[in-house]
Amino acid sequence: MEIKTAMAGTLESGDIFIQIAPNDNAGLHIDLDSTVAYQFGDQIKKVITETLQGLGIDQAEVKATDKGALDCTIRARVTAAAVRATGKDVWAD
Amino acid sequence: MQRLRRTMMFVPGNNPGMMADAHIYGPDSIMLDLEDSVTMAEKDAARLLVHNALKTIDYGNTEMVVRINPLSTPYGKKDVEAVVKAGVHVIRMPKTETAEEVVELEQEIIKVETELGCVGRTQIMAAIESTLGALNAYAIATASKRMMGIALGAEDYCANLKAQRTTGDSPFFGMELQMARQCIVTAARAAGIDALDTVFSNLNDMDTFRREVEMIKAMGFDGKSIINPRQIEVVNEIFAPKEKEIEKAKTILAAIKEAEKRGSGVIAVNGKMVDRPVVIRAQRTIDLAIASGIMTKEDLA
Repeated sequence: MEIKTAMAGTLESGDIFIQIAPNDNAGLHIDLDSTVAYQFGDQIKKVITETLQGLGIDQAEVKATDKGALDCTIRARVTAAAVRATGKDVWAD
Repeated sequence: MQRLRRTMMFVPGNNPGMMADAHIYGPDSIMLDLEDSVTMAEKDAARLLVHNALKTIDYGNTEMVVRINPLSTPYGKKDVEAVVKAGVHVIRMPKTETAEEVVELEQEIIKVETELGCVGRTQIMAAIESTLGALNAYAIATASKRMMGIALGAEDYCANLKAQRTTGDSPFFGMELQMARQCIVTAARAAGIDALDTVFSNLNDMDTFRREVEMIKAMGFDGKSIINPRQIEVVNEIFAPKEKEIEKAKTILAAIKEAEKRGSGVIAVNGKMVDRPVVIRAQRTIDLAIASGIMTKEDLA
């Protein structure tokens, strides 16, 4: 799927800032900066990957700056960034 | 027991930190806001955040309300789809002026509920924020079986009224909202739904806040919209029945129970006639006392 550079989220506590950009190489490359990377880094990357794949995006450069976001917040921010990057909304209307 | 709605706490829909913690403070309802507290550039992101939060976070017994954008904007219908799909309890319509607007929202809700196979699940409440809305309060309150309450939105109402908001030191304090409040509470009662008052936004003036809550309780409101957890305790304290009221209510309920056994609907307690309206008020006092943690159901036995 063709994407352009887009971002969503904030750097406030409990949030995550997601930047998505086109990637010339195959696959998803996730660069994660998180205060809880040691404990939850793998889980955060898993949520990001699953959310993007669920939206049909399997090739992108992702930069994630996490401030202790819950999984539901990560899903929401990744989806928002993906919708902005593809121009394809998830709602019917 | 009917659900209590003493406090409905506003939480901006684009603030995940506040959304995750809001229920810990114990408001009766939480209103996640997609409207005024979210900038146009962030409407899409806030909608996704609210959708995912509602689906995932365990808010316990807290009633979950979402204030959507008006259906006349490009955001309204998407908001309805997102929050109904996430299982929201109540959709709050902003700036409601006519019954037709409620019907239009209901149609949008039905579309999504039909797709999900859960028609009738979502309730509606309407915020009345204009003079036309206040005059149409009863029509709005009865526009749909899904209506659970109507609320006052004071800032827009005052702008429309061409009046200034009075402050606690004014001899006319609250005068500008008198008519709207009475329209709303009377319409809500006539329709058999709840009435909620507007927010009080000066967090540094808790004395005036307390006065305002005492006033709206005296007027018959069920509760108040709030913007900060600090306001919850004050509202709950004012709405909690006093010991004397509880004792009186218990005596009335015990006496009417006894009378019902004998097949009589009217009795006298301490020389005063007790009939249905008195019993309803007594039951409400007990419900509030239990919800406030002052007494338990076992205390009634």
